[in-house]
Amino acid sequence: MKEKILKLIENNAKLEISDISKLLSTDESSIKSAIAEMEADGIICGYNTIINWDKVSEELCQALIEVRVIPERGRGFDNIANRISKFPEVDSVYLISGGYDFLVQIKGRSMKSVSQFVFDKLATLDSVQSTATHFVLKKYKDHGVTLESISKEPREKIIL
Amino acid sequence: MRDFISDKLKTIKPSGIRKFFDIARSIPDCISLGVGEPDFDTPWHIAEEGIYAIESGKTFYSSNQGLLELREEISKWNKRKYNLSYSKDEIVVTTGASEAIDIALRALINPNDEVIILEPAYVSYAPLVSLAGGIPVIISLKQENEFKLTKEELESHITKNTKIVLMNYPNNPTGAIMTKEDLISISKVIIDHDLLVISDEIYSELTYDIPHTSIGSLPHMKDRTITINGFSKAYSMTGWRLGYLMGPQPLIEEIKKIHQFSIMCASTISQHAGIEALKNGDNDIIHMKEEYSQRRNYLLSELSRLGISSFTPRGAFYIFPNISKYNKSSEDFATSLLNEEHLVVVPGTAFGDSGEGFIRISYAYSLSELKEAIVRLEHYLKNNY
Repeated sequence: MKEKILKLIENNAKLEISDISKLLSTDESSIKSAIAEMEADGIICGYNTIINWDKVSEELCQALIEVRVIPERGRGFDNIANRISKFPEVDSVYLISGGYDFLVQIKGRSMKSVSQFVFDKLATLDSVQSTATHFVLKKYKDHGVTLESISKEPREKIIL
Repeated sequence: MRDFISDKLKTIKPSGIRKFFDIARSIPDCISLGVGEPDFDTPWHIAEEGIYAIESGKTFYSSNQGLLELREEISKWNKRKYNLSYSKDEIVVTTGASEAIDIALRALINPNDEVIILEPAYVSYAPLVSLAGGIPVIISLKQENEFKLTKEELESHITKNTKIVLMNYPNNPTGAIMTKEDLISISKVIIDHDLLVISDEIYSELTYDIPHTSIGSLPHMKDRTITINGFSKAYSMTGWRLGYLMGPQPLIEEIKKIHQFSIMCASTISQHAGIEALKNGDNDIIHMKEEYSQRRNYLLSELSRLGISSFTPRGAFYIFPNISKYNKSSEDFATSLLNEEHLVVVPGTAFGDSGEGFIRISYAYSLSELKEAIVRLEHYLKNNY
């Protein structure tokens, strides 16, 4: 049942307990306790909102940064990953396979503030060897949601 | 000027759902639970095969019977899913299951042959039987039998002119299914009376409690069954117009003639997409079925909260609640619901006289639409009863 709940709220965090209960034919208290358990176990880590910031006047700049690091003896990549994660500007940190080590997502007020952060904070960390910054120009799909969906035309008459 | 319309066609009434949708279209904030069509997009890997077919110039007629590769996949798929044994030569690919029903009836009916139709029934069966020159014989199925056909009901409607039993399980509009045991008991009657079954199984993939059984897979039934299926409901491909019929080869050879003369072949582009659906579409079905199943749970729970009794549908994506306690005909109930609350449901009588006292609700709609519909239905009941 937990997996079914997760599938439902993964795509709609606003789904009410009463609706989940009806959809899964399970009583509300079981749903509530299952969710509480998954929150406590760190399975459910938070509830975010998918926002198309392009539609808001407020300026927002996002970048994906490739980071190459020297892993530390005995601790591998974990220590440096944790340090990078501490910065509030950092949205996500992934250790990845391929030509570099971390993919770091950064959010800032402007291109300038994002570059500033990379130069001043990220690139200067001891174990960081090099960085490459890619600014996001336009988001088409985020968290499984197509941001600018094609509007559906009202359908013509069909009898079935 | 002369009246050019054929006398036969003049006896056919337009679909009862039609005037309903005419009104609904004129109301801007209308919520509709009326249309029997999946609300999911065609899975992209399937759609892309269609695009690829166009890009690579596969835009010509296929063989009349349908692409060989598609027929081979249809054959394998039906074996795997329902243990049906039809070879590639016993399959005709059609422009939707609708064409399959039409050409099967036209190929089999002599003037005044009787065709048994189980009501409530999909709107096109009786008109197609009449147009083919047959006589529709209606069996009114009962809610207390879960809208299944019983042996006794069938036997009591058989005459010396009876030729065909037209079945549709999982059923539109009731959501009923027939289990293997139910079908076995019917098949004995069919064999005893030397009848033929046309089984429209377009909703076969959408069963929620037990898997679908296909009547053609039962002993001695293959030779007297035409099985019809398609891609519209299982793969959310309604606009692709792709279906097929399967039957014993001697019948298929004859049915094929009508298909050749009237349609030539189904859309080649759609056929290429269909191959991809059958090969790699199992997960799409699982995902869609899971959602339908949850919406069914949701609606059943909400309807019971509102005090509306409903038989538990086991397949398709319809609920067929009994509204007879509200002292209104199905049509009046649906019309006032539309006028007062701008909510579209289909009156049961659109599916034949035996649908009186029922409405059909489709749950091929998003949860937010279903929620809003329930709010409106509750408001309507509060105001009127």
